Amino acid sequence: MSVEVSLRHRRGAFMLDVAFEARGGVTALFGPSGAGKTSIVSAIAGLLRPQEGRIAVNGRVLLDTSARLSVPAQARRTAVVFQDSRLFPHMNVKNNLLFGWRRAKDKADPVTVSHVVDLLGLGNLLARHPQGLSGGEKSRVALGRALLASPDMLLLDEPLASLDAARREEILPYLEKLARERRLPMLYVSHSVEEVARLADEIVVLKEGRVAAQGAAFDLLTDVDAIAGAPPLGAVFEATFAEQRADGLSLLAFDGGTLAVARLKRPLGARLRVRLRAEDIMLAREEPRAISANNVLPCVVHAVRANGDQADVQLLCGATRLVARITNASRARLGLEPGVAAFAIVKSVTVEREAG
Amino acid sequence: MNEILSPAESQALLLSLRVSGVAVFCALPFAFITALFLARVRFPAKALVNGLVHLPLVLPPVAVGFLLLMAFGSRGPVGGWLLAHLGIRLVFSWTGAALASALITFPLQVRAIRLALEGSDARLAEAARTLGAGALDRLANLTLPLALPGIVSGAITAFAASLGEFGAIITFVSNIPGQTQTLPLAIYAALQIPGGEAEAARLCGLSVLLALLFMTAGEFAARRAWR
Repeated sequence: MSVEVSLRHRRGAFMLDVAFEARGGVTALFGPSGAGKTSIVSAIAGLLRPQEGRIAVNGRVLLDTSARLSVPAQARRTAVVFQDSRLFPHMNVKNNLLFGWRRAKDKADPVTVSHVVDLLGLGNLLARHPQGLSGGEKSRVALGRALLASPDMLLLDEPLASLDAARREEILPYLEKLARERRLPMLYVSHSVEEVARLADEIVVLKEGRVAAQGAAFDLLTDVDAIAGAPPLGAVFEATFAEQRADGLSLLAFDGGTLAVARLKRPLGARLRVRLRAEDIMLAREEPRAISANNVLPCVVHAVRANGDQADVQLLCGATRLVARITNASRARLGLEPGVAAFAIVKSVTVEREAG
Repeated sequence: MNEILSPAESQALLLSLRVSGVAVFCALPFAFITALFLARVRFPAKALVNGLVHLPLVLPPVAVGFLLLMAFGSRGPVGGWLLAHLGIRLVFSWTGAALASALITFPLQVRAIRLALEGSDARLAEAARTLGAGALDRLANLTLPLALPGIVSGAITAFAASLGEFGAIITFVSNIPGQTQTLPLAIYAALQIPGGEAEAARLCGLSVLLALLFMTAGEFAARRAWR
């Protein structure tokens, strides 16, 4: 499974000039608004005709301007989940869900339909009309509608941006489930590091119409140069639930040490995605004793990037990269330069989801 | 009904309903196609076509009736052909009255439908495309049902307006009781007879009642718009 995209499109003073490849799983298109994220989604879906470009999904060429080829949007099999859900107001939820399904060439079987309905918790909404749904419910229906169209690729254009924090928490677990199933390449557009850290396998960072950086989520989220200034930075990596201690702490083993976290309700041996926010890491030159933090990790400074009064310090803890955001004054006082040994005091650990 | 209205009066009422019903029903598909054309297609002479479509709304109805007579009269180019080849005579018949009504109320239908089509959400059409719906599919399953309240409201308004058409009908198909004498023509005829004021007043009241009924229905249909 792969997606190749290369596009050049000028509109007024804005020039979009990007090229990237995405393998299966979730690829996040990450960047500030106005970076060209939505134009890329529109071009892949066939809603925008770029002046130059080539797009292929799983080897099927959807656009090749040099060969004057452009598959019309309705034949591309690239379903989009829009930020504003775009449910059809004259149809109930069931007919909205089945709109793409009825038109798909290789229809998913009815078992899949009921599976998607269950996965997204839509069973008791089927007879309702979109007007009566909450924002979170609308997003879930839009997601189900896109999935049931049996697309070759799912494009998610900031599907959570119009929702408040509580509704976002309502949808994210469903997206995580989807990401874990991994049968479908997904392009996830977002300007939220939180969402990207939870869902993405690969990240393409966009800046002013260009690809600023691209790579695996595990690498890129700690790359202080790639996501300079983007709040809030943080390391994402995989760990194994290794031990449940009698004192209530659960131990997670990762490539570089062990993290102790509050009791986990997961089976022993589970592979988990763990996130350490840059703001939640303090640094010390000497090993601190008598400290309330459960996790003090020995590491080596790998790179430093000063950003105004702040400094992002990239650390290597075994083979795992961490990043800490501290004041530039503290960085100078402690003499944190590449190659220096330090201790990372981890104030809190977020267990994001089961690793795929 | 016969206790309130004389046989001649109820005949005029039923004829009015039939003429207007047939006029609106037959004009509707053409009005939809014209509205779709004006709403979706860009072409240089659009303002001219738009003006032509709206002409019956601003021309004196008598002028429209006269033009119809010229074209569809038994010696007119279209009317002569229809009579010679198909045996259809429009002058002096209720079908001619329906044609005149249809032409006069055509712009009302086109306007209402065009408004409903232009109000339709392009973003929904994009969503439908990404879900595999082609142009005709979108027209049938998205555009048309979403525009339906506007179409119904336009048709009802046109029907109500058509009930009041006088000038074009009397000029084109004359005032023949039972054939072309609709309500307004019956009111006019009553006023020509000494002592006919009472009958004219009754028919006027009836017209007011009908107009109110259908205008309210039209308003109600427009409010049933989606969203």
